Amino acid sequence: MSARDLQNSNDMTLGQRFWQLNWILILLICALASIGFAMLYSAGNGSYTPWAERQMVRFAVGMSLMLAIALTDIRVWLRYAYLFYAISLILLIAVEFAGTVGMGAQRWIGLKFFHLQPSELMKIALVLSLARYFHRLSLEDVTRPTQLLFPILLVAAPTALVLRQPDLGTSLLLLIGSAAMFFLAGVRIWKFILIGLIGLASIPVGWSMLHNYQKNRIMTFLSPESDPLGSGYHILQSKIALGSGGVFGNGFLQGTQSHLRFLPEMQTDVIFTMYAEEFGLVGGFFLIALYAAIVIYGFAIAMRSRSHFGRLVAMGVITTFFLYVFMNIAMVMGLIPVVGVPLPLISYGGTAMMTVLIGFGLLMNVYIHRDMRISRYGDDHRS
Amino acid sequence: MQPEKLRVKSFGRRAAVLVGGKLALVGVLCGRLYYLQVLESQRYQMLADDNRINLRLLAPPRGHIVDRNGSPLAVNVQNYRVVLVPEQALDVRETLDRLNTVIEIHEYDRRRVLREARRRRAFVPITVRENLSWQEVSRIEVNAPDLPGISIDVGQSRHYPDGQIAAHVMGYVAAVSEKDLTGDPLLELPGFRIGKNGIERQHDLALRGTAGNSQVEVNAIGRVIRELERSEGRPGKRIVLTMDLRLQRFITERVADYRRAATVVLDVRNGEILAMVSAPSFDPNAFNEGLNSKAWKELIENPDTPLNNKVISGQYAPGSTFKLAVMMAAAEAGISPDHRVFCSGFTELGHQRFHCWNKHGHGLVNMVDGMRESCDVYFYELALKLGVDRIAATARKLGLGSKLDLDIPGERSGMIPTRAWKRENLGKSWLKGETLIAAIGQGYVLTTPLQLAIMTARAVNGGYAVLPRLTRETIDAGDETPTASSFPHTGISKRARELVMHALDEAVNHPRGTAYRSRIQEPGKAFGGKTGTAQVRRITMVERESGVKKNREKPWRERDHSLFVGYAPVDNPVFAVSVVIEHGGGGSKTAAPIARDILRETQRLQLPQQLADAERKK
Repeated sequence: MSARDLQNSNDMTLGQRFWQLNWILILLICALASIGFAMLYSAGNGSYTPWAERQMVRFAVGMSLMLAIALTDIRVWLRYAYLFYAISLILLIAVEFAGTVGMGAQRWIGLKFFHLQPSELMKIALVLSLARYFHRLSLEDVTRPTQLLFPILLVAAPTALVLRQPDLGTSLLLLIGSAAMFFLAGVRIWKFILIGLIGLASIPVGWSMLHNYQKNRIMTFLSPESDPLGSGYHILQSKIALGSGGVFGNGFLQGTQSHLRFLPEMQTDVIFTMYAEEFGLVGGFFLIALYAAIVIYGFAIAMRSRSHFGRLVAMGVITTFFLYVFMNIAMVMGLIPVVGVPLPLISYGGTAMMTVLIGFGLLMNVYIHRDMRISRYGDDHRS
Repeated sequence: MQPEKLRVKSFGRRAAVLVGGKLALVGVLCGRLYYLQVLESQRYQMLADDNRINLRLLAPPRGHIVDRNGSPLAVNVQNYRVVLVPEQALDVRETLDRLNTVIEIHEYDRRRVLREARRRRAFVPITVRENLSWQEVSRIEVNAPDLPGISIDVGQSRHYPDGQIAAHVMGYVAAVSEKDLTGDPLLELPGFRIGKNGIERQHDLALRGTAGNSQVEVNAIGRVIRELERSEGRPGKRIVLTMDLRLQRFITERVADYRRAATVVLDVRNGEILAMVSAPSFDPNAFNEGLNSKAWKELIENPDTPLNNKVISGQYAPGSTFKLAVMMAAAEAGISPDHRVFCSGFTELGHQRFHCWNKHGHGLVNMVDGMRESCDVYFYELALKLGVDRIAATARKLGLGSKLDLDIPGERSGMIPTRAWKRENLGKSWLKGETLIAAIGQGYVLTTPLQLAIMTARAVNGGYAVLPRLTRETIDAGDETPTASSFPHTGISKRARELVMHALDEAVNHPRGTAYRSRIQEPGKAFGGKTGTAQVRRITMVERESGVKKNREKPWRERDHSLFVGYAPVDNPVFAVSVVIEHGGGGSKTAAPIARDILRETQRLQLPQQLADAERKK
């Protein structure tokens, strides 16, 4: 049996799927995660505790989960997309009542071993269910506004719930990621423009609905120097730390601003600043290049997939991933307001790492099943 | 398959647009990174250093002050402080309670520590008590294991080994007050002391030295992580005074029996002050340790004004010591020393009677007799011949009536009245009777003890207008003390000076002289001088009728001030002295013996050295 035959087969054995795993992608992921470990080691002032060690354990768990997801048949994901979504939505509603608020705004449910953030699960669930929905529609169907009502509802419900938490960053992530899915599905450009205009017009209303701290964040973003010791502190200190890194950085474990704790909570959202302070412009470019490589790789996987579901999932995952990266780095460099978004694979934190690795699991899943054709209604279809 | 192909094409196009957009955003990130880390790097590097580097000032040790022989007058001693670091103490209250069983802690100290512990960051040490005795230090060290967060810290504090002996010259140091701030960051150091009076204030900048600094890296909450750079400051300069501590001590003990006294000894050839004693005195060490308000109030409200340096800021009627200036003016005006006046005990001017101190009268006296016996009537006659303005002109040449630029603060100018002065300031014309009163050093005439000593010095040093000084600045560069001839000449003729000196000699060494009983009989050490008795209040007609009371019979406050100015040795003047004993009675009775003892001691201590110096110069 030749390899070609294998690829054409919809029914691959587990072993066959395993050999189809995308090792370059795994290598890229491991490279990023290793940088993350190094930075957490540095953030702990040259110690594996309290962060680096635990992050490694999480990564190992996440990697197993990722491989499991990658090796599962893609039709399973298509079939249970809505169920997955429904569970996520129920959890999201549950945290409204029973969740714990900690560290800013994100709500979680305390399970025995880890904190579950339903909003993170929802990111994946939304990509899957939108992909499933649009997989069924022809390009013509997409042009009908009535066909868009359901997916809009799919997006609106969790976005509204997350915004209520209130977690501006995640809701923006959900919204922009979904918009990308709509765009890829073929929704006309003018509809986006129309929605955009309506959105613009409703800014004053939205502004009044924002929480005070959210307003402050936007105001400090607009002029951080006006209040260097107050809310502008984070942005300014972050820029100072970045700028003082220079071209080659201060060296590993030598970042003065981060180690002297001018950067608060450096192990989480502002870890890029610390990285760039220690490794400079060269290191910064290298890291951004790694992320860009993964994005391009994801794009290639999407283009290579023969099923629309696969294409949409791949692009959706990669877009969400990119949004994480962009929002985080742009935030610490003072390009956008401070929104609590971690740097994927590097920031300390379990849930975000799980989300990203689950996403990559799906991406690899799409790659493994790249030649599988799936009918509109989810049954397999041999070519 | 057509629609499926369309869908794939549309998806491909749109995915490419999306990825293109993402790469563009990646470009933006890279551009921003380049902007921050390359273009703006220097600015942020500077801000980063601002963030993390703190400049800490290191207080330089304050310069010592020594007397002319190198004996210490002001030094720095180790000051043991007990400090508490709240973050190391498990419970501040409990630690203080335990410390209280080891050394005594006042309630207000305790409250202050608790207040500061709340306000400051937990790693900032708080001083619990200062100036611990060696015993207290040992007790704390022994109990150290039970006192977490408590440690002993060594600082420097100013100490005056002789305390009260030279307090007025030395001044004192005290905490910097709001109005002392000049922008020198040193002044803002906690616990920094600044010279508040006397030499300490005058030479504060030189004594202070230059601050060193240490650059330390601090973290975001200000904790010191490490020292990056340290530059030691320059310690303050050593100041050498002209004073002789031994003489200062001798005089202090000699006048100890009197409630208020002021005396100064200086070198007539260069104005160097050998001793300056103002009684009562105060303890300058008390200011350094921090005076409580009760002690401060006692000092301020004491009627004997212990903080006041009476030698330079006490203004006294000079009494008969002023006759030195009047006689000099008369000799300068060409009045013959043989001019005789008959003293019957008083002079009449219009309807007013001006009495001589000797109510029986001195009989026929010439100028030297009049000076020797301090005949007031003779000087009334001289005053009428001279007029007040000519007396004033000579008095000014002798250094009276204006400040003498002494190098410590607080000098007063005294008062030498003239016709013009009275017209301008009191709006009245001068009365002849006032000239008579002025001639015997009463009325408007006021002088400081320092001015009296300078007057004497200028009369006997060859007529040079020496000015007083307390510091020998150039001691390190060899003996460059000025000689009399480096001062301008007063312009007073040799004939006049020699006549006055002859009279001053007789006033002490002639059997009829007012200070004859106080003369020094040791060969070569005899002194000349003039007594003075300044009335504190006018003697009324009624009192004079019933017989003037003896000073002893009067209440202390109404007794006369006792004065003496003198110089020694009489035939080769080197030292001048002035003595003022407030309410001490007659000049010949109280001040003259003190002056004698001072001049004898001064010559014993200083003369061999002075003569040797003079010999070497030749």
